[in-house]
Amino acid sequence: MNDRIKKLRRQSLRAVPELSAERGMLLTRFYKSAACRGLSAPLLRAEAFAYLLNHKKITILPGELIVGERGPAAKATPTYPEITCHSLADLEILARRPKIPFRVSATTRRQFAREIIPFWSGKTMRDKLFACMTPEWLEAYRAGVFTEFMEQRAPGHTVCGDKIYRQGCGDFKKQIRASLAALDFLQDPEALAKSEELQAMAIAADAIIAFAGRYAAKARSQMTAKKNPARKKELRAIAAACAWVPAHAPRDFHDALQHYWFIHLGVISEANPWDAFNPGRLDQHLLPFYRRGLADGSLTREKARELLQAFWIKFNNHPSPPKVGVTAEESGTYTDFALINTGGLTAKGEDGVNELSFLILEVVEEMRLLQPSSAVQISRKSPDAFLKRALEIVRTGYGQPSLFNSEAIVAELLRQGKSLADARRGGASGCVETGAFGRESYILTGYFNLVKVLEITLHNGIDPLSGRRIGLETGDPAAFRRMDDLLAAFAKQLRFFIDIKIRGSNVIDRLYARYLPVPFLSLLIDDCIANGRDYHEGGARYNTSYIQGVGLGTISDCLSAIQRHVFQDKRLSMKRLLSLLDSDFRGREASRQLLLNKTPRYGNDDDAADDLMKKVFELYFAAIDGRPNMRGGRYRINLLPTTVHIYFGRKTGATPDGRKAGEPLSEGISPVQGADRQGPTAVIKSAAKIDHLRTGGTLLNQKFTPQLLADERGIGQLANLVRAYFGLHGHHVQFNVVDAATLRAAQKHPERYRDLIVRVAGYSDYFVDIGVELQEEIISRTEHQEFE
Amino acid sequence: MKGIIFDIKKFAIHDGPGIRSTVFFKGCPLRCRWCHNPEGISPAAEVMVFSRRCLSDCRSCIKACPRKALSRYAAKIVLQRERCDHCGLCVSACPAEVLQMAGRFVSAEQVIDELAKDAVFYRSSAGGVTFSGGEPLQQAHFLLALLRQAKKKGWHTTVDTCGHAPWASFTKIMPWVDLFLFDLKSIDLGRHRRLTGMPNDLILENLPRVSHAARSLAIRIPLIPGSNDSEVELARMADYCAALPRPHPVHLLPYHRGGGSKRERLGQTDPMPGARPPSAAKIQQIMEIFRQRKLTVISGG
Repeated sequence: MNDRIKKLRRQSLRAVPELSAERGMLLTRFYKSAACRGLSAPLLRAEAFAYLLNHKKITILPGELIVGERGPAAKATPTYPEITCHSLADLEILARRPKIPFRVSATTRRQFAREIIPFWSGKTMRDKLFACMTPEWLEAYRAGVFTEFMEQRAPGHTVCGDKIYRQGCGDFKKQIRASLAALDFLQDPEALAKSEELQAMAIAADAIIAFAGRYAAKARSQMTAKKNPARKKELRAIAAACAWVPAHAPRDFHDALQHYWFIHLGVISEANPWDAFNPGRLDQHLLPFYRRGLADGSLTREKARELLQAFWIKFNNHPSPPKVGVTAEESGTYTDFALINTGGLTAKGEDGVNELSFLILEVVEEMRLLQPSSAVQISRKSPDAFLKRALEIVRTGYGQPSLFNSEAIVAELLRQGKSLADARRGGASGCVETGAFGRESYILTGYFNLVKVLEITLHNGIDPLSGRRIGLETGDPAAFRRMDDLLAAFAKQLRFFIDIKIRGSNVIDRLYARYLPVPFLSLLIDDCIANGRDYHEGGARYNTSYIQGVGLGTISDCLSAIQRHVFQDKRLSMKRLLSLLDSDFRGREASRQLLLNKTPRYGNDDDAADDLMKKVFELYFAAIDGRPNMRGGRYRINLLPTTVHIYFGRKTGATPDGRKAGEPLSEGISPVQGADRQGPTAVIKSAAKIDHLRTGGTLLNQKFTPQLLADERGIGQLANLVRAYFGLHGHHVQFNVVDAATLRAAQKHPERYRDLIVRVAGYSDYFVDIGVELQEEIISRTEHQEFE
Repeated sequence: MKGIIFDIKKFAIHDGPGIRSTVFFKGCPLRCRWCHNPEGISPAAEVMVFSRRCLSDCRSCIKACPRKALSRYAAKIVLQRERCDHCGLCVSACPAEVLQMAGRFVSAEQVIDELAKDAVFYRSSAGGVTFSGGEPLQQAHFLLALLRQAKKKGWHTTVDTCGHAPWASFTKIMPWVDLFLFDLKSIDLGRHRRLTGMPNDLILENLPRVSHAARSLAIRIPLIPGSNDSEVELARMADYCAALPRPHPVHLLPYHRGGGSKRERLGQTDPMPGARPPSAAKIQQIMEIFRQRKLTVISGG
């Protein structure tokens, strides 16, 4: 890392996240103005976008090479009052919450109180959304059966494709003119709507070009003021780049990064889409520019590294926009889930790992920033050196990069109907979700609490936490004689809540299409221009809606406990089990331990538990997969939790697997914390019993202590473990290297860390089983390595 | 064909090449003071007590024991081992896994079925299965049955042995073993007897023969502070290794304190309570002794 990057990185790390009222104020002023009266929704949104980009403050920070901020300063984070409007109470929460706070100035508070809140209150997308939901939906939502993504942020969840490296916004405008010319006003009842949408896209294209022009002017004015000739030269280069992109296709490496960055800013200024935006397969996109630059002498590897690092810092300057309401109290991260993919396959099916893939890994390793997140795609064709290099970075204990299986991603996308080339150009974004980059609207609609549905089934339709009947009467569980009786009741209950969820999501699809088109994003995702339709209206080539199942490990263990102790061994009656749950095991610790320890549990390569997991998977799949959404596409499943397993856990009472009320559920497709006791190969075997290829992504977390990965051999075997999992069609795995604090926690709560393996010396053992002195020794060794 | 084992450990990456599963045989002719698998010494099943897991309000095990071998003392479960006949009733009664049985009789087929679960990893990593213990050659027929079936499946096989077994047992298994991990604890007969309870004559007879006959062999030397880590002793061991019929890699296994807590679970006292693992610098010095004799040496398995 050179001095400039060190300085920029330090600036970024030190910048205090602050809530900015700039966007809220500009939007409010625009919506109040006469300019917007009578405009159709797409034109209104495009004009608002243009107004915002024309009037917002722009900054070029000292030493920057890649320029552009969403807010008036680094980490100054705007709000999107047309989507969700922060109340004064929300601002207080954001300013005071102990983790992930945002500074809120007195001026900002005043602007919210006087201008923003009075204007938007009752008119936001969030208000419209809740007003359209049915009482059943609201009951289930409040009970924690599911969450709804679009009550906080706009749909997005998409990734930039490859076209912006070949075309600029000027080219998009030509395509828009062609689409307009082709409209059939004689036959097509949608021709008018399409023409408005296309005009809106053209306005958005002009707006981003003008925005870049402001940066070019700013760079030129700084240039005349600066004495330092080196900085003058840099500012000249910045001005030249900003005058060229995003109007035209990038000419060189610097242009390409600056081009993407303007596009990124456009997307995250237009709305607050989930997962921000992301350049996707960056190593492949940039490769032609990199090779050309090296060949003609205009670029060196070092210069490319510096530009990439400068680009990385821009992501880190943009925290995730803060939420409102309860979610604001719970939200636990500044990260906005821009996940940069490297490696994988090319569109022609060749190995996509290239020299830039390695350079990007070096950048990831050196930068150690929260944002952007990084992922490597591993295909059968990827060289071992690439996988091992990625694992060496994982070993440093920063949880990145995560590892994805290219062949699984391609197979998942093909099953959903994508072309082979589009599938190979795709990847994983956000957490782990699969998408055809640049060509798909794939929207995560919300998390779904599988365990809660079982809890409601076990109470014959009643949510025991509220005592309210929110589900179907599927029968008194005490009358169930066999596992199949319980599973049949669960299946009915599941279908009931999935129908509620899908009905809600369909309405929300239409609300966003009607009230919040995104003409700028629509420029970027094929085939919105050709179709003359907005991204929210089904303009994309592919349109998927995901519902993310949560708690697969917990529900499998619950069913396994019932199977073993109630139906098989008859050690507990159903009635007795339910009374244990209703009393949260108070005074019944021995019974709880029995359920915890004498139950076959998911994650141990034991079919007794894993077969039940497969049954739940099939029921969930059958309830969702293939059902139509309102954008011309279909619903699909994926299995990932982010941090919602904690919230869902709080909403779920004690469960038959021995989990106490309020404790977290299992996350992703990982086993319940501490339930896997046969080591990582058994976890992988269990997880691979899921048919990953019928999902749009699954998330598997594995914990390791640094000692286990200390040497070449540890890395080599970890690589082999990954290859084996991917050979079994696993979608994703990430390795969290355990730190000393976790080991301390394991000493205190051994029952939660029964799966933690540590390397003692030439052998490894379960941490919680070894003597205290040895534990201390390992903790001090771990601490030591953390400082290295 | 049945045998007694006390564990099958998966993702073993220090017991031979690649990702392996290791089967731990129960019963060992030696009594090494530093033994880190003391539950592998006795050839009979034994109850282990993980007292830290015990719940305060549960007496399930006491109620389950027909021989009144269990009682509660100072908030801890105490097992009077002289009364215990290892019937296992307490183990199944205990909900919290305080009581666990070290040692179960299993058929070769059962073991192979369990090992087969990880075959995909052996393939992806050029790994395989390892038979360790205890001393696997103590149950030579059972070992042979396992090795044969493992080879039939195409797995790489490793036998981790203390070397104290009749040569006839070695010859029987020899065709089915890809790699031997052969322990060497001391060249000095008297010291060997003091440290392990057995003389080393049989071991020192077998090692050259295995060196000659085995497909592949690595010598494993545990480094026990104050017991076998003097320069003289190590130089003798290094000379001995260098003089074997064929050159073999040497694995130094630095002492660690893993055995102590296991002894506690078995109701035994740790014979080496004060021992400390050797320092990294000391290990480097020792490795040099072997390198001087042109031996390939690594620390750890």
